[in-house]
Amino acid sequence: MTTASATGGDQRLRSVSPLRLFLSRPEFGAIVGAIIVFLIFAVLSVARGDVGKGFLSIQGAASYLEIAAQVGILGAAVSLLMIAGEFDLSVGSMIGASGLLLGLLIVQYGVPPTIAIVLTFAFALAVGAFNGWLRIKTGLPSFIVTLGMLLILRGAGIGFTRAITSNTIVSGVNANTANDPIVKLFTASVTIGGGEFKVVLLWWIVAVVVATWVLTRTRFGNWIFAVGGGEQAARYVGVPVHRVKVILFMTTAASAALLACIQVLSFGSADVLRGTNKEFEAIITAVVGGTLLTGGYGSALGSAFGAFILGTTQLGINFVGINSDWYQVVLGAVLLLAVLANTYLLRRASGSR
Amino acid sequence: MSNQLPPIPHDTAPITMPPETAERIARYGKQGARPISDAVPVLEARDVSKYFGRVIALEHVSLSVRPGEVNCLLGDNGAGKSTLIKILSGVHRPDSGTMLMDGEPVDFQSPRNALDRGVATVYQDLAVLPLMSISRNFFIGSEPTTGWGPFRRFDVAAAGRTATDQMLEIGIQVRDPSQLVGTLSGGERQTLAIARAEYFGARVLILDEPTSALGVKEAAIVLRHVIRARSKGLGVIFITHNVQHALPVGDRFTILSHGRSAGEFVRGEVDQDELLRLMGGGDELTHLARELDELMAADAGAIEAAAIPDEVTPTSPDAPVTQVEASESSQD
Repeated sequence: MTTASATGGDQRLRSVSPLRLFLSRPEFGAIVGAIIVFLIFAVLSVARGDVGKGFLSIQGAASYLEIAAQVGILGAAVSLLMIAGEFDLSVGSMIGASGLLLGLLIVQYGVPPTIAIVLTFAFALAVGAFNGWLRIKTGLPSFIVTLGMLLILRGAGIGFTRAITSNTIVSGVNANTANDPIVKLFTASVTIGGGEFKVVLLWWIVAVVVATWVLTRTRFGNWIFAVGGGEQAARYVGVPVHRVKVILFMTTAASAALLACIQVLSFGSADVLRGTNKEFEAIITAVVGGTLLTGGYGSALGSAFGAFILGTTQLGINFVGINSDWYQVVLGAVLLLAVLANTYLLRRASGSR
Repeated sequence: MSNQLPPIPHDTAPITMPPETAERIARYGKQGARPISDAVPVLEARDVSKYFGRVIALEHVSLSVRPGEVNCLLGDNGAGKSTLIKILSGVHRPDSGTMLMDGEPVDFQSPRNALDRGVATVYQDLAVLPLMSISRNFFIGSEPTTGWGPFRRFDVAAAGRTATDQMLEIGIQVRDPSQLVGTLSGGERQTLAIARAEYFGARVLILDEPTSALGVKEAAIVLRHVIRARSKGLGVIFITHNVQHALPVGDRFTILSHGRSAGEFVRGEVDQDELLRLMGGGDELTHLARELDELMAADAGAIEAAAIPDEVTPTSPDAPVTQVEASESSQD
């Protein structure tokens, strides 16, 4: 039986140029989008004569990169979870809740900052694991499970904080954390050319690099794709589907706790409303970055470009003098365009018409 | 309702055949009658039953496959084929009966457990993940790694090389192993899954309806690889409800009907009509064909009466009865 002659004529694959390969990457749309959005604001800034100030200054870059970094940390974790076919709507209120916990531990109970940080992460990981467990045990869509957790965390945050401090804001955190070297990991900044670059940028880079490495270069990454692409198929070949999902829910919760630590320790206060709508921004970041809403396909690197688009849009609107009321309109339009573009690109990449 | 056909114990003698059947057997025999091996079955389900609540999914069913043999598991929808292969592949555990490998009793705890023992199952719709690359698909669950400790990583280069080599071996030239499996045709996807199973040392290959969603040409590619796996000494369990796909490759035919065994035959003992009848659909199809012919005749009469030119060619009343298969048309 000569198989070569049998299928040699039925050659379905064409040779691919590097450009075509790049076009078929999930993050391609986000990279092009980031360049376009940046150019639009750059041109508008130049038109206003804002060269070297505002959007086109180093301070400007530091500002929009900080916003991008904050949502980007969440986006990196959320994109992994979404590739595995799940949602986590509780990350936003997890930022508020774990921030309050950190603030209360430090201010109200005098817990040393390092221990308070560890406890905050432990709390977030436990809630994340519970999210995953509940999702698996009940079989309910994670959209519903984590929507419930969103409300529970937000409500419990308000309830506990008001009961303990008769307020929904815990302030004075920095009085107890000054000069703590561990705290510096979350609050440090470096001034370059007049712009203050916060350490959150470094965390963002670390989050994206680690997430990308895990996704594309580890067995676990292959399992993430497999779980999202076909849960049953993955289970049949021995992928520990439940473990993968629980770990990813814990990762998104931990990313929220990281952001909470950075915010609370930098601002010196915790507010229950902090992180509101961040769950949607994280999903937008992932989707704009080329991650498929239905799972099985996507990129953590793409989420970095999605976050960049979000950050530049949010601040760029201010810098070029558009009323910031229009931010959400622009964001919505960017989201729709990105999804359309990514759907088209994916269809090309997977060869289906 | 659940028991229209009396269960036929699989050890009874085959049904006596009309002369035209003998004629067909002579023909099918020429296509490659192979001595039926009397080796110890590499995988055997002996007298297994499975109930889901009050539903009898399978009752007292036996099936075995020897190295270098293709056992075709035939049955209509709802006959229990899926339940049986889920038992064979470790998804379900039988409520009664024994599973044996090489004559030794085994208990598959999970599909992975069965896979580790060399029982690989290729499911029709779960064979591959279209949004993952060829090399990633090839190694799901068995990824090669390199490096040490926390830096142990998926060896992408080795995976790509191996996948490319293995695909070439089965006649599919892959220039870019990072290409998504979605770019492959349906037959090629099934073939990839078969190649993957062979590469990871499968001794038994369970193929769940691998040709059902495929066009004729694509199905032929898959059937060729079934024969190839057999000649490599694998035991193949080929599940189908398409008798035309089963007859050319099968050494042995196990027929299920309504959760019970409706007979086991070796190549040459049965023909297409007999298999169809045993699957529980044959009589109904014969009836259906007759009814359709009558309708057709009535229709033709009506058309003639309406004095419409004879562009409508009535289908020959003795057209071969083929199995009704909605999924036969190519869907990809």
